[in-house]
Amino acid sequence: MEIKYISKEGLNEWFSQIVKSGKRVYAPVRERGQVEFKRVQALSEVAEDYIQTTQSIKSSVFPRAEVLFSFEKENGKVAVEDFNPDAVKETVLWKVHPCDAAGFKPLTAIFNWDYKDKLYNTHLEKTTLVTFSCAKADNSCFCTSVNGGPGNTAGSDVQLTMMPEGGAIVEILTPKGEALIQLAVSAFEKDKGEDKSKYLVDVPKVFDVEEIKARLATAFDSPVWKEQSERCLGCGACAFVCPTCACFDIQEDAHGSKGKRIRCWDACGFSLFTLHTSGHNPRAVQSQRWRQRILHKFSYMPDRLSVLGCTGCGRCSRACPVDMNILEHLISIAKK
Amino acid sequence: MSEQNIYLPYLMTIDKIINEAPGVRTFRLKFQNEEEADAFNFKAGQFGEYSAFGEGESTFCIASSPTRKGYIECTFRETGRVTTGLSKLEEGSTMGFRGPFGNTFPIDEWKGKNLVFIAGGIALPPMRCVIWNSLDLRENFKDITIVYGAKSVNDLVYKHELNEWEERPDVNLVTTVDPGGETPDWKGEIGFVPAIVEKVAPSPENTIVIVCGPPIMIKFTFPVLAKLGFKDDQIYTTLENRMKCGVGKCGRCNVGKLYVCKDGPVFSKKQLNSIPAEEY
Amino acid sequence: MDKLRERAAALLADGTVALVIGYEEGTNKPRPLFCHTAEDAGKLIYDSRCINNLAVYLTKKELMGTEKVAITATIPVLRSILQLSVENQLNEEKILVITVTEQGELKEFAGFAEIESYIADFQLKLSGKEQEIIEKLEGMTREERFEFWMKELSHCFKCYACRAACPLCYCTKCIVEENRPQWINPWAAPLANIEWHINRAMHMAGRCIGCGACGDACPLGIPIQLLTRKMMEDLGPEFGFVPGQPSKNGNALSTWKADDKENFIR
Repeated sequence: MEIKYISKEGLNEWFSQIVKSGKRVYAPVRERGQVEFKRVQALSEVAEDYIQTTQSIKSSVFPRAEVLFSFEKENGKVAVEDFNPDAVKETVLWKVHPCDAAGFKPLTAIFNWDYKDKLYNTHLEKTTLVTFSCAKADNSCFCTSVNGGPGNTAGSDVQLTMMPEGGAIVEILTPKGEALIQLAVSAFEKDKGEDKSKYLVDVPKVFDVEEIKARLATAFDSPVWKEQSERCLGCGACAFVCPTCACFDIQEDAHGSKGKRIRCWDACGFSLFTLHTSGHNPRAVQSQRWRQRILHKFSYMPDRLSVLGCTGCGRCSRACPVDMNILEHLISIAKK
Repeated sequence: MSEQNIYLPYLMTIDKIINEAPGVRTFRLKFQNEEEADAFNFKAGQFGEYSAFGEGESTFCIASSPTRKGYIECTFRETGRVTTGLSKLEEGSTMGFRGPFGNTFPIDEWKGKNLVFIAGGIALPPMRCVIWNSLDLRENFKDITIVYGAKSVNDLVYKHELNEWEERPDVNLVTTVDPGGETPDWKGEIGFVPAIVEKVAPSPENTIVIVCGPPIMIKFTFPVLAKLGFKDDQIYTTLENRMKCGVGKCGRCNVGKLYVCKDGPVFSKKQLNSIPAEEY
Repeated sequence: MDKLRERAAALLADGTVALVIGYEEGTNKPRPLFCHTAEDAGKLIYDSRCINNLAVYLTKKELMGTEKVAITATIPVLRSILQLSVENQLNEEKILVITVTEQGELKEFAGFAEIESYIADFQLKLSGKEQEIIEKLEGMTREERFEFWMKELSHCFKCYACRAACPLCYCTKCIVEENRPQWINPWAAPLANIEWHINRAMHMAGRCIGCGACGDACPLGIPIQLLTRKMMEDLGPEFGFVPGQPSKNGNALSTWKADDKENFIR
């Protein structure tokens, strides 16, 4: 890893060179009272002073709805047209927080578990992540309790730590990151030897995730699921804003003889998610579905894929219409 | 060669359609691409995702035996959007298939043992694969018993094969229908599958039993088997949780930490004991 | 607040009810609370910050059980209860409705009829911000309005929080989950989103009680409550109901009368 320094002006220059290179740049933009990742052309469009975008950046590699392949039927015969990786554009994700970048690890684990997901991998290969370490947090943030942190570089290609005068400490972490620096190499200066940790927000560690994992191993029949989920409405807000939730549905978009098979987001909290055609539903009530959400993230994924299904971004807690605060629920599980 | 798109199905031609029972059909499928046909291999117990283009995909076990080369078969009941779409297809038309997915029956470990197959209703198809697989390697096994029940005589699937098994001296076939489901000339048993299993009373000595049926049948058959002296590692079943991807990603088929699509669909009763019964 | 806690505790302690549904302090704002014991009742709060529509829980079988349930009802909750009652979704015998009057007094309703006369004094009002958007929308041309909604609804990712938070969306299988035929494309995309939201608005026509829970629940800040609100105001005069009061003339989507003045259906 190499460390450099970039001034405010240098940052502007680098950003405009990235845009000029033809890569698509997505960054947080404030619009309609919300901050969300949007395609941008200039650094001035990028939002300042916010804690989190409402949605994670996972849609860049796992879109809300994506065509798996298309087909055309004629006289009982079918011709298919495969997903074309060449149609996927090189993309730079700018000002991603470390908790979002960390989300790529569990996503990659899911999408490449024995069977490699070509669509996901294509998007990932063509994506460069420029993360910004966090100088701010709120009471929903808990990255440090799930092996992350405000300056965590896992998943990042380049990480910037902003300094008060508008410049930044630049950590170049991967060859992809190095290639991005090369677009405006003169904009970068020598490392000033500053310690980035003094610019990071302090996110206190509030639970021991190993302890939670150990408790969950025997918690399947615990009354805690019913207690915690009584107010849960069974919507998919938590899953859809989550950087690691990857449950999906496969649907058909057909018009006459032509059609597309589409993968779209789904959520384990939905009541019909596991419904069998026979009418039998293994997770018929909300407490079972809430248990699945927690166990999947904190027990099954660590067990089966050696990765936690949570990065502590706190989005689910912020998005929940009835304040299903995941941190509060995890702490209560840890105390049981 | 670049990575394959795991969601892209093989194109299959429907070579033959057999009407099994009301709403139940068997399709014999052949690969349209010869290279794909040559490279294709599967084992008893595995499943696939079958698609009607324009309607979507549905999950069924491969119902034919791997010993029968050159085609695969699936049997399904017309229930939802996809199975209704499949039912409208005719011989010669194209459908999609992805697979084979999941684990297999450990048939090699069963050499020299007695086999008892217990199936109910539309759950005979997932077992037909392993039944024919065993019958085609008949010398590897001792006694073979098949207990098969359905709601009514009309609902029994694979009628022509039931006749064939009935006539074979090396197969003990017991068919049954629920009380009231018999016809005047019905010669089989009348009663629910668990009760008939108790009556047939297969010996647990050197025996493997494979059970497949609706959850309620399985729930009442397990205690009967325990009473007959079967140990949990002698009992196998195949689960059919809802799936979309078939390859461990879409998040639907977990039973506890196990994934039916990857760890299953075949499970021993001993394995089932370690996962929560309410989730399948 | 003390009176509410005391009363709820007493109802639970003497077994009059098995559950009290109310509000407690949440992370940043109040949230729904389920009191099973007199001790739980100590957490109850009730003030103007309590905006979740608790009536949504009254149709959930897994929560309601067989015993009597008490609910602390704000005005929108009272309205929802009446509409649910008109639609035969509630068992009056099993629900004890408690509200806190503007004077801060506890009020327990003897039955749904009493709620109706109580609610008659409360006019349904839009918030200033909502009024502002509606006026802005009314000032637009049809094309501009379409563009406004296309843009807003393109943000929707179909988490269905709007549906989940609505007390009147109690169907166990929603039209969006119906696939024979597939009335609404289930994925999130501009057109498929419009299909969903127009259908939602139509299904709510003449039934929406204007609580705004759908809009409050939307994590993406889409003002979807305006669709059903506007529908309510436009339909009220046509179908003979007052916005905010239960609509006893049936819902606009599924009711047909021989003397309907429109003749397109005849």
